[in-house]
Amino acid sequence: MHKQKNRFDEPLKLLLVDDEKGFVEIMSKRLSKRNIQVTKALSGIEGIQALRGEDFDVAVLDLKMEDMDGLEVLKIFKTMVPQMPVIMLTGHGSEEAAREGIRLGAFDYLTKPCELEQLIQKIYETVGARR
Amino acid sequence: MNQKKRVNSQYYHALTRTMVLVIMLVSFAPMFLVSGIVLYQFRASYEKKVFDHLGELVQKHAQNIDSFLKEKLADIRFLAETFGFEDLSDESFLRDRLETLQRDYGPVFVDLGVVNAQGLQVAYAGPFKLEKAIYYDADWFKEAMKTRYFISDVFLGLRGLPHFVVAVRDNYKGEHWILRATIDFVAFNSLVENIHVGKTGFAFILNTRNQLQTKPRIDIEPEIKTYNRLIKEPTLGKGAVHVVEARDVSGKKKIYVIGFLKHREWMMVFQQDSSDAFSDLTQTMKLTALIIVLGALGIMITAVILAKRMVGRIAKVDSEKERMNEQIIQAGKLVSVGELAAGIAHEINNPVAIMVEEAGWIGDLLEEEEFKSGSNLDEFKRAVNQIKTQGRRCKEITHKLLSFARKTDPRIQNVQLNDLIGELVELSAQRARYARVTINTRLEQNLPYVKGSQSELQQVFLNLINNALDAMEKEGGALLIQTNRQGDHVVIELSDTGPGIPEANLKRIFDPFFTTKPVGKGTGLGLSICYGIIKKMGGEIRVASSLGKGTTFTVILPTEVSPPQGRKA
Repeated sequence: MHKQKNRFDEPLKLLLVDDEKGFVEIMSKRLSKRNIQVTKALSGIEGIQALRGEDFDVAVLDLKMEDMDGLEVLKIFKTMVPQMPVIMLTGHGSEEAAREGIRLGAFDYLTKPCELEQLIQKIYETVGARR
Repeated sequence: MNQKKRVNSQYYHALTRTMVLVIMLVSFAPMFLVSGIVLYQFRASYEKKVFDHLGELVQKHAQNIDSFLKEKLADIRFLAETFGFEDLSDESFLRDRLETLQRDYGPVFVDLGVVNAQGLQVAYAGPFKLEKAIYYDADWFKEAMKTRYFISDVFLGLRGLPHFVVAVRDNYKGEHWILRATIDFVAFNSLVENIHVGKTGFAFILNTRNQLQTKPRIDIEPEIKTYNRLIKEPTLGKGAVHVVEARDVSGKKKIYVIGFLKHREWMMVFQQDSSDAFSDLTQTMKLTALIIVLGALGIMITAVILAKRMVGRIAKVDSEKERMNEQIIQAGKLVSVGELAAGIAHEINNPVAIMVEEAGWIGDLLEEEEFKSGSNLDEFKRAVNQIKTQGRRCKEITHKLLSFARKTDPRIQNVQLNDLIGELVELSAQRARYARVTINTRLEQNLPYVKGSQSELQQVFLNLINNALDAMEKEGGALLIQTNRQGDHVVIELSDTGPGIPEANLKRIFDPFFTTKPVGKGTGLGLSICYGIIKKMGGEIRVASSLGKGTTFTVILPTEVSPPQGRKA
């Protein structure tokens, strides 16, 4: 298994917004093991609330959620913390929405279901780009 | 499907029949009605004209003869009353009178004679030696003595020649005497003989004893019974004569005209074969019938041709409509199947992703010290990897389904055929494995776009691939799909190594409902829909096949540069 080493002592703070609970749970477990501290949000509202309380290094946002359109959430994120990079997750075949997201200021997108390795790689790209 | 076709052809036959019948009815009914009425009226008036004409002819002749007889009688009367018995008994005087009469009237008067009450001819002038002849026993003498004026029937008499007598009775010294004249039979006969109409019409005169008083042109046996029956029947003509059409003893239809003269002592008969009298009418009728028959024939032929042509056109329009309906249904099915597939793919994606990540988590945990010593560690790792690999496979499948479904879109857009064919080949890979068919592609790089609907083009090529797989299902084989650019067209060839298509079926292969598959297996619509789609895009689809070697379908589509709309305009 390909293994990514954390180059920083302090864990990265990540906000994961997705309404698929099983996916959020397992991802947070696996990311934690790789020294990324995950705050779980199971809806757009939860994500916005979480963002009010703390700062995050990066946010991962599912574009297709039941309560709110992902793109709306993205807009709010971008108003609240414009400097925070956002990685979008889209369904296969919904690249149109992803492109719209990038226009709105998202960092990049991954098609769902994404694999851990892809996600970690993307996360470090954002960090590299910022620091 | 064959049954449907049969039902259709029955329907079109019935339609043709109805149209032919209707056209014939509306044409024939007035034609027959009008010509029937006109012919009937014409016939009736023509017959009436003929009857009237014959009636008048006979009546006029009867009157002529009557007046001829009266005239002769008047001449004799004049002689008798003017000169008296004494003068006339002088034979030389009598001869002078005869000469005068003959000079005035021609040889109508043959002779003159003066007969006394005892029947002795006291004076005679004429060509025969009849001086002092005794007529005491002669019928005419007996009759003549009874009345003042007398005209006899035709008889042979003493001279042995047919003639008749005109006699006037007078008194001399208390005793009757008679002046008689003989009328030349030939002169009289010509009066009647002159009546001849057509080929068979002639006349003659009969006396009360049914003896011929004239010599007809044709030797005939007078049909006495017929005449006696006919004079009781109502006349067809006008005037005092009887005009009757009846059959004679031999069954021949004849026109009989019967008139009376000489105070009903004589009967004048005219008879003519109906066929002769109406020969002009018959000919007109025949000509009319011929024209009607030819006209009817013309109408019939026109009706059949017209109906067949129109029904053919209707059938064509119907089948086009049907094909279009089927296309719409097929396209609709494809869209809904695509949507369903997309939904399922989306639903499956998430659980699969979680499963893969959970397996990844197990893999993460296996890295920890407490498990490192486990005897089955390698087995665990292999199992986890296997789960990941299979999960990834699931993902690929759903991705394929999704990209297929996404393209069930009838909108016209630029389509890259190489990609489309690649996807279809992947989709068909499983089926091909079962059918033991290897699918090879030889796709030209940088193939230009074609303008069309993704879903329709998918339908076309999926159909062609499926047909090829069906054909090779039994024996296995190979399917080669090639794309080429030729000028401003893209050429796609699908060659299989199947059993081939017989020549007879090749011509009908794009016909709707034509199928060689067993009942319930194929609709017979696949290729006709393909044909419709390709034609609509301004392209062409061709088929070439040789038995035992295989079949090649060639699709030629215009590239984006020359869109199909440009061709039609």
